[in-house]
Amino acid sequence: MSAATLKTYVLVYAALIVLLAATVGIAYIDLGTPNVAIALAIATIKSLLVMIWFMHLKEAEHIDWVFASAGFFFLLVLLGLTFVDFASRP
Amino acid sequence: MHTQTDGSALATNVAPQFDDAEQQARSAVLGMWVFLITEVLLIGTLFATFAVYRYRYAHEFEEASLELDVVLGTINTFVLLTSSFTVALGVYAAKHGKQKAIVANLVITLALGVVFLCVKGIEYYAKFHHHLVPGPEYHFPGTASPVGHQTELFFTFYFLMTGIHALHVIVGMAVLAWVLKLALARRFSPEYHTPVEVGGLYWHFVDIVWIWLFPILYLINRH
Amino acid sequence: MTTITTAEGDAARDLPAVVVDPDENYLNTSYTVKSWLLTHDHKRVAILYLLGITLFFFLGGAAAVLMRLELLTPQADLTSHETYNKLFTLHGVIMVFFFIIPAVPGVLGNFLLPIMLGARDVAFPRLNLLGWYLFMIGGCFAIAAMVAGGVDTGWTFYTPYSTTYSNTHVIATALGAFISGFASVLTGLNFLVTTHRMRAPGMKWFRMPLFVWSMYGTAIIMVLGTPVISITILLLAAERVLGLGIFDPARGGDPVLFQHLFWFYSHPAVYIMILPAMGIISELLAAFSRKRIFGYGFVAFSSLSIAFLGFLVWGHHMFVSSQSVYAGLIFSLLSFFVAIPSAIKVFNWTATLYKGSISYDAPMLYALGFIGLFLIGGLTGVFLSTLGIDVHVHDTYFVVAHFHYIAVGGTVMAFLGGLHYWWPKITGRLYPEVWARVAALTVYLGFNLTFFPQFILGYMGMPRRYHVYPPEFQVLHVLSTAGASILGAGYLIPMVYFIWSLWYGKKAGPNPWNAKGLEWQTKSPPITRNFEETPIVTEEAYAYAD
Repeated sequence: MSAATLKTYVLVYAALIVLLAATVGIAYIDLGTPNVAIALAIATIKSLLVMIWFMHLKEAEHIDWVFASAGFFFLLVLLGLTFVDFASRP
Repeated sequence: MHTQTDGSALATNVAPQFDDAEQQARSAVLGMWVFLITEVLLIGTLFATFAVYRYRYAHEFEEASLELDVVLGTINTFVLLTSSFTVALGVYAAKHGKQKAIVANLVITLALGVVFLCVKGIEYYAKFHHHLVPGPEYHFPGTASPVGHQTELFFTFYFLMTGIHALHVIVGMAVLAWVLKLALARRFSPEYHTPVEVGGLYWHFVDIVWIWLFPILYLINRH
Repeated sequence: MTTITTAEGDAARDLPAVVVDPDENYLNTSYTVKSWLLTHDHKRVAILYLLGITLFFFLGGAAAVLMRLELLTPQADLTSHETYNKLFTLHGVIMVFFFIIPAVPGVLGNFLLPIMLGARDVAFPRLNLLGWYLFMIGGCFAIAAMVAGGVDTGWTFYTPYSTTYSNTHVIATALGAFISGFASVLTGLNFLVTTHRMRAPGMKWFRMPLFVWSMYGTAIIMVLGTPVISITILLLAAERVLGLGIFDPARGGDPVLFQHLFWFYSHPAVYIMILPAMGIISELLAAFSRKRIFGYGFVAFSSLSIAFLGFLVWGHHMFVSSQSVYAGLIFSLLSFFVAIPSAIKVFNWTATLYKGSISYDAPMLYALGFIGLFLIGGLTGVFLSTLGIDVHVHDTYFVVAHFHYIAVGGTVMAFLGGLHYWWPKITGRLYPEVWARVAALTVYLGFNLTFFPQFILGYMGMPRRYHVYPPEFQVLHVLSTAGASILGAGYLIPMVYFIWSLWYGKKAGPNPWNAKGLEWQTKSPPITRNFEETPIVTEEAYAYAD
């Protein structure tokens, strides 16, 4: 397991703050539909940064990755299939 | 008894069901990840429900979201992101046997947690003051009748989701406070620091939930 | 099987010397109440669960008795409408949340999983005990609600009736299910970590017994699904208590959304009910055919597939709920897929029997009965997944018959079979074989007489949750009630002889069935830490001589 260095943590933190500024800033610009997608994408990247480096998934066992992904995957299933209903009603 | 690299006796007790400290540590980390995914599904369900109503009552939800204070929300996001950073530094310190740094980072994390809750308290008080708490006193500004159902639905979710999140912040702080107590007793070393790791994982999860709550609740319609 | 060899782990652990007293086992180390109520031993926790689920089985069964008595006549004579509503709700809530979901994982899963893996206990014994307490506390809430006057919403708690219009004890019952749900989560978490981290040396994944694979699949569902129902119950409670209007259409909410959230858990929950039972059947068929389960790998993967696919099909409970037709189509198709891994198991079990050395001890009778009844239950499930058919039989006795074939004809039979098979290991006593076979046959016959007429009733249009019906349905209802009385007798017989066996049953040796599996390599009953020395596994599972 290669350990993260202090520098890694500082870089990740800096990236998170930049992304925070981005998400707030972009919210004030009217891009129409993509606004939601961009906000969700930024949130996803921030989550991944926290999970991979702060939560040490990068150095963790394979099975920890599998479980972490499974949680989000099935949440997406809940969202997705529920929306199949609500989005396809007349 | 195992000995640490500096020759001192191992501070940890290995529970009888485990073969050795390593098995115990790896089990604790896996156990925490499994627990965290139960939390993902628990809180994620609220997000899914919110998403359905956001889709259906897009206009009312956008109107309601404007009542939230973006400045306070951004501050809180900054506070939690920083606390995640300090917790990660705390785990790093534990891995390298830096006793003072563990304590310092945990204390800062807890302090940031308190700041988060205070800001939340200010926000909640403001909502109460402006009659935006769902219930008989609810009144959305600008609507003719005293009740505006769909905007009230937004605030129902606002309070439920941030409320449950705040509960998790409190629990996380309790966990980290217990870890701090162990750290003050110099229980951690490069060979044994599982509670710091596992407590840290929980705190990062609490941060991730807020990373999603913030844009979804506060930044729906700022343009 | 090379069994007792000291493993490196034991030396490093400085475990105390092997137990000197040959009579000591996990039951007689201490007889105090405190030693039971504060136990860390997974085997004692299993017994605690057995006591709990037996109590709830009686309660749920009592409700069923009253319902079947009322249904003897087309009129409402034994009970009023309100009381009947409360009876079927009670029956559903108790049987689903407090009997069938916890039974196999809590009793046989807890007892056997660590032993089958060669471990000394589960990964987190104190969480295990906590789970049992949460299960019992949740059950107490449900009993309190029942004593205080009951609930009439049906176990499905559909809104807005449950949140706005029902005047019964909805919150207490829902909270009972909520609290008990945490037991499920803790059990699942424990099983997952134990399986990943605590297998004995040589116990590779594909050497594990199929019971462990099925418990693993069950644990995945418990961990991923239960939180969703937990938060849904909280939302229901918030709406009812705080008047928040989340699912109430009058306040902008959507009752169908409740159904989506409810069934997202409750459908995978039925796989929590059946997967452990399937694991038991694999063990029983292997032991009583003296043969390796045919297609071991396929059966193992089918447990994982069922866990995965089970999360994708919940909308088949909502075909007539005003869910969109497109969603209905997709859920119908996905539901066909989920039947495939179950079918794979049935084919492999049948192939196992071929050219096996079959013996007809009671556990095997239950296992053989399971295969036939599960087949019928499972196939009628495919009928119900077919959108066009479901439109006609939804909310009729056809559905009732379908799920009782799987839950009772399947899971309860498997549980009884497993209880008989492992009874010597758990208690150190043999049960009386003749009476056991009599009971197994009684259960099988009683079951079919109870529930087969219900398929016909449902097809003919008898609605579920009704106790007043057209007179032409009476004959079938009478047959069903007659069957229920036989079934009840069939359940009572083992209760009597199991208790009898604790004092008067013949003492069992370590391996009365001469079966393969690590659990048969220890004493009956086992010592507290299961093995005198950690086993080292060198053979495949079910390594019966060909």
